[in-house]
Amino acid sequence: MPNTTVNPLIVRLRARIERLEGGRAHGRAVLPFGVAPIDAALPGGGLALGALHEVAGGGNGAIDGAAAALFAAGIAARTKGKVLWCVTRQDLFAPAVAQAGLLPDRVIYVEAMDEKSVLDCFEEGLRHAGLGAVVAEVARLSMTASRRIQLAAEGSGVIGIGIRRWRRQTEAADFGQPTASLTRWRVSALPSTPLPVSGVGRARWRLELIRCRAGESADFEVEACDAKGRLALLSDLVHRPGEKEIGRRSASA
Amino acid sequence: MLAADAAAHAAGLRVGMPVTKARILVPGLIVMDADAAADREALERLALWVLQHYAPIVTPDPPDGLIINTTGADHLHGGEDAMLTEMVERLGASGVSARAAIADNWGAAHAFARYQANPAFVVAPGESRKALLNLPLAALRLSSDILDSLRMLGFDRIGELEAQPRAPLALRFGPELGRRLDQAVGRLSEPIDPVRSPDLVTVRRVFAEPIGAAETIARYTGKLVLHLCEALEAKALGARRLDLIFHTVDNRLEAIRVGTALPVRNAKRLTRLLCDKIESIDPGFGIELMSLTATFAEPLIGKQMISSLAGEPEIDVSSLLDTLANRVGEKRLYRFAPVASDVPERSVMRIAAMAPDADEAWTARWPRPARLLAPPEPIETVVLLPDHPPAAFTWRGIRRRVTCADGPERIFGEWWRRDAELAAVRDYFQIEDDAGERFWVYRAGDGEDPETGSHRWFLHGIFG
Repeated sequence: MPNTTVNPLIVRLRARIERLEGGRAHGRAVLPFGVAPIDAALPGGGLALGALHEVAGGGNGAIDGAAAALFAAGIAARTKGKVLWCVTRQDLFAPAVAQAGLLPDRVIYVEAMDEKSVLDCFEEGLRHAGLGAVVAEVARLSMTASRRIQLAAEGSGVIGIGIRRWRRQTEAADFGQPTASLTRWRVSALPSTPLPVSGVGRARWRLELIRCRAGESADFEVEACDAKGRLALLSDLVHRPGEKEIGRRSASA
Repeated sequence: MLAADAAAHAAGLRVGMPVTKARILVPGLIVMDADAAADREALERLALWVLQHYAPIVTPDPPDGLIINTTGADHLHGGEDAMLTEMVERLGASGVSARAAIADNWGAAHAFARYQANPAFVVAPGESRKALLNLPLAALRLSSDILDSLRMLGFDRIGELEAQPRAPLALRFGPELGRRLDQAVGRLSEPIDPVRSPDLVTVRRVFAEPIGAAETIARYTGKLVLHLCEALEAKALGARRLDLIFHTVDNRLEAIRVGTALPVRNAKRLTRLLCDKIESIDPGFGIELMSLTATFAEPLIGKQMISSLAGEPEIDVSSLLDTLANRVGEKRLYRFAPVASDVPERSVMRIAAMAPDADEAWTARWPRPARLLAPPEPIETVVLLPDHPPAAFTWRGIRRRVTCADGPERIFGEWWRRDAELAAVRDYFQIEDDAGERFWVYRAGDGEDPETGSHRWFLHGIFG
């Protein structure tokens, strides 16, 4: 990726394609993670604002969506303004969201009747320019629905995060279907940071960037959100001083 | 005797008794003269209160009832059941003991409220007729003469009367009986003349030709809202609740009600809220009159915007919240606020989305799980008592080995809430299995004393 951004011909070509795709995509603002390898993997050096991003949990996380919710809360915490969080069944524990940096005064929850009305609220929220972020927990996301949501986000410049969460493990195959989202992430739990004493250390995640428009997929091992919603790369240097390549790249598409 | 309160009922007094007899039964009885005019006025006031709080079409039904057309109004209160219960509770708090029922039509609701509701009763749509057949004849709003002679003929329930051929009944009792029966089962429509107060700001428009298309309704809604906003501006008011009532040519009333979290006088915003609901209207053969009322209005005075010199102004999201509240219901839009309680499920409270900022969060001493299971799910564990975390556990049929754990975090029962919690204890552990998934489990009880709990293990949350 770094090579392509340097090549002026490719940069010009890319700018032309973006102009063709729609004026707004040009010079899009981003929200950096503040973690160099992750930001380098994303075009523009961060998560694009005014766009739809999808997050799902890996393994059992596809059903409980716990890590995915915290990852989304961490991103939303780093935006400014209120956050709209749309769900169908409310099982989010607000103190944990606050521990990821998203204070309770900032989050407005909408408990919609069904999947259709969650998507409806998601889109309506993204049309409003005053919000910091809109998060929605959805199972099914069709191409049409995601395109509507993406267009709404482009119009207002608000970041939309769709937490994909299914009732059964088998339904998670739906995550392979194409949607209009800009990036697609999978967050799965890793064994926590080892401590010198007994106990559970800071949570760790495997963060897979499965799909990224105008970018390559990659995966990272990170420490979970701190109280300000920031991720951190593994600080294993004490235990493994020889390891240099921390943000591993994978060639999987 | 025309009315008696609960204490009088307990003393054995009944409506219809002569006062002299009641005085003999209860020495020192307080007797007050009936004041029909004052009762009617009070009922009208109550109707106006219901109009402002619950539904756009309300009318008093003397001597002791209110008729409310709830169509298109219950979404603001979280459904019919919730609305009815809340209404009865709020009336009860202000000293009015009420019974209420929702049914398909006026006659059925009238009968259920008086003979079935205790204190609230909702009939599923289309089920009214079946449920009505078991009620006594007195539920039919008939005069006492007709009731007495029907009873003499051996009729007891509405169902028995309904099964009879109509002609002999009409011959004997006149048209009244058939009319009431038809009104109760919904064969005959009964228009409601809604109560209106002269203080409310109302604008109306009569159409020479009935209108029916959604686009036409939307266009005239926009015009009405403009007029209403001008009228509100003259009084320095903003609308909190708007009722748009459609009078159709076949003498039916259809209504749209929208609510806002803060007083609003912005024509564009109000039009959008109303037009969102047009699809719920059935224009039938056409609409000949539309009237728009600001049923509930609050003072709204222009204020100066914060200048950009003094920092970023907070962008107002109330218009978005109004749109969402009118779609999914006000109760489904909320924020969480902390409550001073160590018991996890009691440590959060839902507050209104537009409530002022609390400026406080939970005291984050220990990590809390992202998802909380309600209720906690029992797990099978392998564990060393009294104070070790589980070495392995089985949840939803999957056995997991625990690699590391943190705890216990002991949480005591809140004896000031319930006596049963006096000795109760929960010991919480954060555990991690060999795949790296982290769970929040607890043991009911302290592991030694059976008084403190059953010593069974539960999984309460999942960490991210």
